[in-house]
This record gives sequence, structure tokens and C-alpha cells, in this order.
Amino acid sequence: MNTSWGWLKSGLILGAVFLLAVALVKPIGVSTQYVIADCFIFCKLNPELAKETIDSDGNKTYSSSNAYLNKSNGKYAKSSLNISNYGFVFVIAMFLGGFAASKLGGPKVEKEESWIPQVWRENLGSSWTKRMIGAFASGFFILFGARLAGGCTSGHMMSGMMQTSLSGYIFAAGVFAIAVPVSIIVFKK
Amino acid sequence: MNYTNIILALVVGGVFGAVLHKVGATNPNKIVGFLRLTDLHLAKVILFAIGFSSLLLFILMAINAIPTSHIHVKSAYVGVIVGGAIFGIGFGLGGYCPGTTIAALGSGRKDSLFMILGGLVGAWVYVLMYGWLQENLDWLYSEIAGGKVSLAVTGNESVPALINSVNGAVVAGIIAILFMAGAYMLPNKLRN
Repeated sequence: MNTSWGWLKSGLILGAVFLLAVALVKPIGVSTQYVIADCFIFCKLNPELAKETIDSDGNKTYSSSNAYLNKSNGKYAKSSLNISNYGFVFVIAMFLGGFAASKLGGPKVEKEESWIPQVWRENLGSSWTKRMIGAFASGFFILFGARLAGGCTSGHMMSGMMQTSLSGYIFAAGVFAIAVPVSIIVFKK
Repeated sequence: MNYTNIILALVVGGVFGAVLHKVGATNPNKIVGFLRLTDLHLAKVILFAIGFSSLLLFILMAINAIPTSHIHVKSAYVGVIVGGAIFGIGFGLGGYCPGTTIAALGSGRKDSLFMILGGLVGAWVYVLMYGWLQENLDWLYSEIAGGKVSLAVTGNESVPALINSVNGAVVAGIIAILFMAGAYMLPNKLRN
């Protein structure tokens, strides 16, 4: 069974996973974890970015010198100081899931494809440097945009529209209004 | 540390990563095909998944099988659209999302590592700019239609519904059926 699934089977199973996440814990969301990973790294260099203090009642409180990390009683600072939390472990597990799926049942990613996707190679050539820069730039835009929006494909689009959140629909509108023309212009064939 | 939560994270995250790979979402060729409208496989998958999960979610909440406290609706504000558009530039160019790129790295795609690195930098630049943006471009943060709202009544009192005169399961059910019907009727491609 070295193939991907058809659309109906895919839709049923993907939908079931999103539902399972809400039923067991909370809606799936990924892009926040990029901030947590950043904060985990940079708070080692600058401890002011994530501080834990214990108040007179013995409760731990969290704060940061950065306005964003300090939001909602320092929830981002808290997560980065307690890195083995649900959201971050979830993302590590996604990596392992992708690994397992490609090994067990597939589809496997061929060697050439694993460096540069076919559609990029056909349109923009087989320069690895060019793809590296392109992938880096696309990651930059995606995560900057996702943080400004407060979520990404998983949190806003899938989990959001599943709950009929207004934010999910407007995020999807913003994404596709730009992503469709960009893709059509960049990739001619 | 709460071990139950860690185990749940490993199980649900692991299954999610594996499923993203099996449905084709870790493959930038499939994402670009969807965005170029030449291969709508993923569009059909996503539409159906949203409709199907939404229908079951609202039914299960109506019979109290899922607590409405699990509802987490994000706020709607101008930055959601602007951020979505900026996201769209990278999405259309790279063919990855923040989550699919992580499962893609697991599946052996090396370019996704650079997408993740770019993502870490992009997210950090936003963190550093946040204070300045709030002061100088405060319109980005002005709420739309009340901000943290849903269309259908969820039963979670912290989330007001825009359509609050009709039963939430009915509203969500109609939207869900439209999504699933859309998935079914969408052709395999709109362009060649």
C-alpha cells in the first residue's frame, strides 16, 4: 500500500483527527510553537525574556520583558520554560508521525524529490541554493503572517472553521486571495 | 508535569503527522497543485474534513459527549486577514504550512528544514515587532464583529454567536453539509 489515500478517505480521517483533538484536549494549532521554540532558545541568552517568580502564596507566575511573550499573564514565557508541555510535544510527535508514515506504507519520498519538489524543479530549476532560499523566505512570510493572524492552517482554518469561528473564515479568505495568484504566477506548469 | 497530557500529545500529534503525510498534505507538489487549481485533491480533502469534523463536533456537544469548555475560538481582527495574506505569499511560494512542513521533514524532505528555520526567524521578528506594531499600526488589532465570535451557538458562554436565534447544531450542520457537498462537487481540477 505504497500510496496516499483518496480524497474521501483522507477527508474522513483528517476530520476525525481534528475532532479527536478537540474531544480529548483542545483544538489543534501549530504556529504558536515556533514562538515557544524561539523563546526557549533566546531566553537562554537573555533571561529577562522569560521569568518565573513565586508569589507570596507560593504560586508560580510568569512574565517577560517582551510585550508579546508577556501576553496573557506570560503564557508564552511559561510554555518555553516548561518545554515538555502538550503543544510542544505535539509538534515533535508530528515529526515522528511523518517519519513513521513514510516508512510504513508510504508514500516514500524519492531522493531527488526529497531535496527539491518536482513542481519547483520544473519551473525554477534544480539549484539547491535557490530552493533553500525560497523555502527559507516562504517560512519567514508564513510564520510572520501566522503570528500576526494569531494562527495558521491548523488553528485558524481547520480548527477554526470546524467551530464556525468568524476568524477561521476571514483567515482563509486572506490566505487564498494571495496564495492562489502567487502560485499561478510562480509556477507556470 | 502532567504525564497524561504528554501521552495525549504524543498520540494525537503522531497520528496527525502521519495522516498529513497519507492525505498528501506534506507534498509541496500537491499544495501548489491545489493553489494553481490544477489538482484539487487537497481542496476536496480539507473541505470535507472541516465539514465532517464540524458536524460531529456540534452533534457530540449537543448530546454533552464533548464538553463545550473544549471550544477555543480565536479572535477576529484586521490582522487576521492581513496576516493571512502575508501567510499566503509564503504558502503559494513554498508549498508548506507551519504544521505540514514538520511532518514533511519527518517524511524525509530536506527543504522543509529551511522552511522551518525561516519560520523561526519570521515568528521571532514578529515577537520583536509586536510592541511597535501595537503602538503604530493599532488598526491591525481592531476587532471585527466582536472579535471572539462564532457563527453557530457553541454552548460555550465565553463565545457569543452571530446567528443566535437558531439552534447551534442546526446552523453548524447546514454549514457542514455545504462544505461536504462542496468537496463532493468540486472537480479534480479547474485549470490545466
